[in-house]
Amino acid sequence: MDSNVVFRARALTKVYKMGEVEVVALRGVDLDLCKGEFVVLLGPSGSGKSTLLNILGGLDSATSGEVHYAGHDLARATERELTEFRRDHVGFVFQFYNLIPSLTARENVAAVTEIARAPMKPEAALELVGMGARLDHFPAQLSGGEQQRVAIARAIAKNPAVLLCDEPTGALDSATGIVVLEAISRANRSLGTTTVVITHNVVIAGMADRVIRMADGRISGSERNTDRKEARELAW
Amino acid sequence: MAVLDRKLRRDLWHLRGMVAAISLVLLGGIATFVMSRVTYQSLSVTQQRYYADQRFADVFVGLVRAPEAVAERLAALPGVNEVETRVTAVANLEIEGFDDPVTARIVSLPEHGEALLNVPWLRRGRLPDPHADHEVTVSDDFAAAHEFGPGDRITAVIKGRRKQFTVTGVTLSPEFMYAIPPGGIFPDHERYGILWMNRRALATALDMDGAFNDVSFSLQRGADARDVIDAVDVVLARYGGAGAYERADQFSHRFITEELRGLATMATVFPVIFLGVAAFLLNVVITRLIALEREQIGTLKAFGYETSAIARHYLKLVLAITSFGLAAGIGAGLWFARGMASVYQTFYSFPYLELYLAPAVFMQAVTVTLVAGLAGTALAVQRAASLPPAVAMRPEPPPMYRATILERAGLRRRLAEPSRMIVRHIARRPLRSGLTVLGISAAVGILMITNFQRDSIGWMIDVQYVLASREDMTVMFTDPTPRRALYSLEALDGVTLAEGFRAVPVRLVHGHHSYRTSVEGVEPGAELQRVLDMSLRPVPIPAEGVVLTEYLASEILRIEPGQMLRIEVLEGRREVLEVPVAGVTRQYLGVNAYLSRESLNRLLREGPAISGARLAVDPARQVEVYRELRRMPRVAGTVVRENSIKQFNEMMEQTILFFSLITALLGAFVAFGVVYNSARIALSERGRELASLRVLGFTRGEVGYILLGEIGLLTLLALPLGFAFGRALSAYLAAAFASDLYRIPLIVQPATYSLAASVVLISFAASAVLIWRRIAALDLVEVLKTRE
Repeated sequence: MDSNVVFRARALTKVYKMGEVEVVALRGVDLDLCKGEFVVLLGPSGSGKSTLLNILGGLDSATSGEVHYAGHDLARATERELTEFRRDHVGFVFQFYNLIPSLTARENVAAVTEIARAPMKPEAALELVGMGARLDHFPAQLSGGEQQRVAIARAIAKNPAVLLCDEPTGALDSATGIVVLEAISRANRSLGTTTVVITHNVVIAGMADRVIRMADGRISGSERNTDRKEARELAW
Repeated sequence: MAVLDRKLRRDLWHLRGMVAAISLVLLGGIATFVMSRVTYQSLSVTQQRYYADQRFADVFVGLVRAPEAVAERLAALPGVNEVETRVTAVANLEIEGFDDPVTARIVSLPEHGEALLNVPWLRRGRLPDPHADHEVTVSDDFAAAHEFGPGDRITAVIKGRRKQFTVTGVTLSPEFMYAIPPGGIFPDHERYGILWMNRRALATALDMDGAFNDVSFSLQRGADARDVIDAVDVVLARYGGAGAYERADQFSHRFITEELRGLATMATVFPVIFLGVAAFLLNVVITRLIALEREQIGTLKAFGYETSAIARHYLKLVLAITSFGLAAGIGAGLWFARGMASVYQTFYSFPYLELYLAPAVFMQAVTVTLVAGLAGTALAVQRAASLPPAVAMRPEPPPMYRATILERAGLRRRLAEPSRMIVRHIARRPLRSGLTVLGISAAVGILMITNFQRDSIGWMIDVQYVLASREDMTVMFTDPTPRRALYSLEALDGVTLAEGFRAVPVRLVHGHHSYRTSVEGVEPGAELQRVLDMSLRPVPIPAEGVVLTEYLASEILRIEPGQMLRIEVLEGRREVLEVPVAGVTRQYLGVNAYLSRESLNRLLREGPAISGARLAVDPARQVEVYRELRRMPRVAGTVVRENSIKQFNEMMEQTILFFSLITALLGAFVAFGVVYNSARIALSERGRELASLRVLGFTRGEVGYILLGEIGLLTLLALPLGFAFGRALSAYLAAAFASDLYRIPLIVQPATYSLAASVVLISFAASAVLIWRRIAALDLVEVLKTRE
């Protein structure tokens, strides 16, 4: 096994029970992610991207199959172990930011740095995403892009090994989206954070090391970018 | 956890409206609880201390006259600890500027030293000088009614002789906390007072030198009062003993004890309801509040917060929310308790009040609040935190709705879409909807109690004074008097009708049940005093046999019509009579036994004698009639009906109604709290849905209808349930209050229902206005932007 592999998933399946209906979200996914890698997960709605990301991040558990993270067996981890895993190793960015409305930008980041092992200063993390000037604003006082950058700061402030982003630009216009992608890219480059970005915006694939396509709960294709673009070079 | 604490503070501020509403309900619950428990306990403790301090006697007896030497025989009786002989008299008083009939009981103070028993408590001034013949102290209430103080003068007519006295002080006694004038039913502080004076002076006036006509006893530890009573009665039989009785039968003590018992009932029932509703509401609100935080909980978990840390955070939030209501409730409860206890203190003539704060009361209040709040929190946090964060952060999946029974029953086509939404939303959460209905109906029930008491008291007065006792004045004679005395009463200018009655103190015995009261001989066909049957119709008094108050027959003596009742007469020749029970009569105030006057005279082996008379008096000549009566030497006292009614109303206003008023106020808090919180939470839960409807073109009115219509429908559903609950609660209280002193009939007037309903509907309207403003402010664009 490649010593650089951080995540290793085998035969992952996930079945949701929605009331009386069973929805199969993942149908046997095999995947390896390497250290420092920037991966873009492409696929239409319902292809299982988010489910895969959530399982990798310890937010959800698989119905069957194996997931390993640097020696941790996530598939068999207890609730407590998953919590510790998230706390120590994973940073999340969500489509709708999920900031805590009653906390300022700085405090939203501090909420995470307070419980992390070796975090940056909240101000430094916000500086990194270009939000150094809006530390004491509440989410309601920030635009969508600004909120998302705070969310990214919050995710990277703990110096996570993995940064998982679910449609980070989904709710943003393209100019703002690019600013956000720049912030993610900077974190990936400067901190060496393994980064997975879910999107159904094909343009974004241009900035990845590797592009994985999903369809109908399976990985339908995977290709390496020989020419990885900067975020600011993208346009849609 | 500094950041989470900051979140806590901001959340609290953000939720301030709901925090206020929750606090209001908690305040209502806790305040009622603390108020009633503290009031009751304080009065109980005060009563005990007062009795002990003033050495309130254990056994009492009145008699005609016995030489002082008999006291030694009484003291030697087994079980007797101390004996105090006294001389007492009833006198008519003349008070300048006050024309109404005033009577007083004069009680002697020992010639040497302090009284052994029933020591008067000196509020102001001093006791009469041992050598002074013309000094008295007056009872506190009487002094207050006439603004008597040391130095004032009172003229008393004792045995037909006028004497002038100087007031030296104002005193109280456990013996006369509830002082009833002869022939009266209620205390009348303006027209009846207690005077204490030196024994020698009083004895001289009554020709009682070296003799006594009243004895009190304290008992040795472990002695049986019944044995002592029997022995005392034997000794005093030849001295005209009127039958000894123990403290439990002492009228003032009995009344105070019954009242405290009633208060204890209220102090149990009200807090249980209030605290129950408050706890339930707190639980529901907290559960729903935290359910709304689902996404935030998911986010915190996603970033590695442990469930326990999140739980701690929300527990703190709940503790903060509840501590406002708890602290305010305890504070308000103590404040009300102070006010209420001092109302009772004045009313019952306690000389002082020991505000007794049992730590248990506060512990219970805190425990109930915390358990309710924390249980709700734990449940909700558990529910939110047990979800995988990925699920928790997603908006809740569309809840399962079904067409309701109503719709399936064919109403579907009749209900417009918004109405269907209301019905389905209620039906989807039957438990929650049911609990909301229960909460509101509890508030309705509480609100009904106040007026139920008012209604019932009004009815009691009507029955007593319109149907049964229709006289304008009652005259009591000093001794049984030939019936022809009625002619001289009828001859008075202004008296339109005079009817005599014969009353004798008796002990009624059936099996091992017995009761001390008076038997009243009623003139057949009497117009002024009528005996009512169980349907409150006046019925003629049977020629033979005794008619008993229904409560006396069924609850105290356990005797039925047709059975024989033993009547032990406690005066004169002390006959023991066996009389059949001829029937029962409905009567709400006091309990009595009635015979025809002729039959009673015959049983007592006397001629046509009467103990007093009831008069119908021309209202314009009332004062003159009273003046004439006062000149008649045989008239011991006169009671004016109008005063009785007024006194009764004042008494009720002061005690029960004051309590109820506060309860009603707190009930309104509960009503508002339940309604507002239900609406507010529904808005939080469904804000997105409602905003989406607005986007689709629904007007504010239509959207408001969907939200408020639901709460409104639940409120309407709660009304009949609340009415039933209020009625049941009233019935329970009526039963709990029933005693030989009075029975509260279960009368609930339509106005009572409508008042309770109005308060609840006003609470709804006020909540609706507050919620409406939030609906108007729904941000439509924001809603669409941030969610799929």
